[in-house]
Amino acid sequence: MPEFDPSHPPLLAARGLSFARNEQPVFGPLDFSVDAGEALLVQGDNGAGKTTLLRVLAGLLRADAGEVSIDGRAANASLRSRAVSYMGHLPALKSDLSALENLDFLCGLHGRRRGQLPVNAMSIVGLAGFEDTLVRQLSAGQKKRLSLARLWLAPSPLWLLDEPYANLDLDGINLVNRMVQAHLRAGGAALLTTHGAYAAPPVRTRMLALERAVANA
Amino acid sequence: MIWSAAKGLMVRDLRLLWRRRGDALQPALFALLVVVLFALALGGEAQALAKVAAAVLWLAVLLAGLLALDSLFRGDAEDGSLEQWMLAPVPLSWLVLVRTFMHWATTALPLLVATPFLAELLHLPRTQLPVLLASLALGTPLLSLLGAVVAALTVGMRRSGILVALLALPLYVPILVFGAGSVAAAAQGLDPTGALLLLGAGLVLALVLAPLAAAAAIRIALD
Repeated sequence: MPEFDPSHPPLLAARGLSFARNEQPVFGPLDFSVDAGEALLVQGDNGAGKTTLLRVLAGLLRADAGEVSIDGRAANASLRSRAVSYMGHLPALKSDLSALENLDFLCGLHGRRRGQLPVNAMSIVGLAGFEDTLVRQLSAGQKKRLSLARLWLAPSPLWLLDEPYANLDLDGINLVNRMVQAHLRAGGAALLTTHGAYAAPPVRTRMLALERAVANA
Repeated sequence: MIWSAAKGLMVRDLRLLWRRRGDALQPALFALLVVVLFALALGGEAQALAKVAAAVLWLAVLLAGLLALDSLFRGDAEDGSLEQWMLAPVPLSWLVLVRTFMHWATTALPLLVATPFLAELLHLPRTQLPVLLASLALGTPLLSLLGAVVAALTVGMRRSGILVALLALPLYVPILVFGAGSVAAAAQGLDPTGALLLLGAGLVLALVLAPLAAAAAIRIALD
């Protein structure tokens, strides 16, 4: 861990973060930080609490103890909504709308990075030509790519990616890595969960290994 | 920001409605069937029907709304949309309000339009029709807003059809009493304004409080 530098607080920092469900500890207490331009790879077996950790960081779940700070300030809902983009297991896509209509709605909801258009984002993720295809007709991998396009358009510096490689082919895995690389180069940071088998993005990476919390621990 | 999000949500809901336009007619058809069943059960005698017409129409609209209630947040909960709503820079209660308004506009508004036709079917005296329409115009948004809180509370459960009804119906009682009561008062030659004003006051209160309560309920349900 690098020395704490007050002039450049880490983009995301957690201190003593822990979460328990029905008195059973799920993870923690955890201490970690991610600087701008860094990726944090959260590794662990199934059930180790990777998804729960990301949901806590995103603000979907309330931590039992510990604190999260974003850019040196204690995280609250409005700070999170501007700084964090979360891509979970559920795609948040409407199957009766076309790919582009879904992107348009999600951009209206989360805001859009300046100079980025939904059509361009779709060609970046390799979905050019599928703009008017209903999402119900897309494959699981293509839906994942569409979620990545949504992420690409969002203006937030911090990406929380839950199993971003799932359902993707080799080309898609490379795509995730390239996108994370570009995002980090632009001053962003990313948290990725993976159960280990995939290639990590070729960037400055920290590791956080989660172990399954033992009951009665 | 909040306007662009609201506009986006409205456009989305209208598009979804258009893609599934068959489903959109269901509440109105259901209300029609309830009315027809009542008419059949009461023997189709014009005098007998006219006496209960307002109450039957109110019940038909209420039950049709109840039927549509489960779809208010269920789809968005299942595909993860609600998660993204919670993370958006727009207040969740605002999105809930817009969504509830769209739900009302697509399920209750068609019923309101069909009401004069259904009233004719039940031989409702024409002089009572304006009061009935006014009470429904004030009452159905109130039903939708209270229903939104119940739908939000049960959104985390897999199958909650009957539970939604059990939770919502007691809350609907005062609205039904004042709604149907205003028409009954008008039928007896009394002034229905009092009941209508109470419905209006309830609507204003629910417009402010129900989205906040529903948003809190969604956060709890998706925990």
